[in-house]
Amino acid sequence: MQTKENTLVMVALFAALVAVLGLIPAIPMPWGVPITAQSLGVMLAGAVLGGRKGGLALVLFVFLVALGLPLLAGGRGGLGVFASPTVGFVLGFPVAAFVTGAVMSRSGMNPVLASGIASFIGGIVVLYVMGIAGFYLMTDKSLVASITIMATYIPGDVVKVVLTAIIVGALAKARPQSLLSRA
Amino acid sequence: MMLALTSDIKTPLHAIRPSIKLAAMSIAVGIVFALSSVPHLAIAVAITALIYLSMGLKFAREGLRMLRPLRSFLVLVLVIQTLIGDPMSGVIVCLRLSAAVAIANLVTLTTRLEAMIDLVMRLAAPLRFVGLSPRALALAMAMVLRFVPVFLSRANTMQDAFRARSIRRPTFYIVMPLIISVLEDADQIALALRARGGLDGGYEP
Repeated sequence: MQTKENTLVMVALFAALVAVLGLIPAIPMPWGVPITAQSLGVMLAGAVLGGRKGGLALVLFVFLVALGLPLLAGGRGGLGVFASPTVGFVLGFPVAAFVTGAVMSRSGMNPVLASGIASFIGGIVVLYVMGIAGFYLMTDKSLVASITIMATYIPGDVVKVVLTAIIVGALAKARPQSLLSRA
Repeated sequence: MMLALTSDIKTPLHAIRPSIKLAAMSIAVGIVFALSSVPHLAIAVAITALIYLSMGLKFAREGLRMLRPLRSFLVLVLVIQTLIGDPMSGVIVCLRLSAAVAIANLVTLTTRLEAMIDLVMRLAAPLRFVGLSPRALALAMAMVLRFVPVFLSRANTMQDAFRARSIRRPTFYIVMPLIISVLEDADQIALALRARGGLDGGYEP
């Protein structure tokens, strides 16, 4: 049974998971948006918790970053993040998790396929639209230039989508009661 | 436990109320984003630098370290804009972003996490009417901070267990056991919370 306490703990757990994945060393890129494992956490939160709770987990995470905890990949955090070029990605985390979860819950396909498609739409399409918009607004650079810079991350993100699908598929078999998006 | 980004160097700014600092910061960042000429932005950067320096050289150096993630990005913007033939707009973006990020960091550097959380609790109090209790929020925040080290030590335990039984390196093999075990923890914690009165009960974070 899903109680209020259960929901709260799960939301906190996935916010923490995103923080932990941020501790995995990021590969810094010369243009300032490092490749990190963090968005894997965003995809997992959405695909496992569903839209509302997944989004909530990432709201909590972004909130803690704003309060000054160094939870973003590379130990970044604090209010300065929200004035920097990566703000679109940070604010896009909750939206991406929400969309991933919403797609996952609504799709009737098997968990592996559904979570793969859901995390592709949420964790790549939605996250990039918001990230590029933020990038564009903060730098006044031509939109085309920003899009070409971002394209270099797509291969890494596809790997994360595959990982999400594998993990969610295994979770659906081993512990289906924890797959709240399908509860 | 986790470290916050608050500076250990005591400055006069530490004594100012967080709400006032936040309001001042929002106004200052708003002004910086409204400025669009190089001289004006240069003055904004100079004033920001002076504020940092007036808190002492050590503090200023700490502020500079917080800006480091921005550095390579700004260099790239300058290079691209120079190649396009419009170096001026590159300079404007660099000055604007350095000033805005440095100003925002100033609040983070000089405000203790507890003071920030207190402020959030007060600001979140009206949310009670839409069904979000500040107590649940405080509990969730505390739980995230506690879960991070739990995750890490659990991962270490799993790695050790794997190494004790195999000559291969523990890679993807430990991911599922790790996830299942923390999910089981989550259920236990939720039960323990309910046993102590639950979210609506007498629990005081």
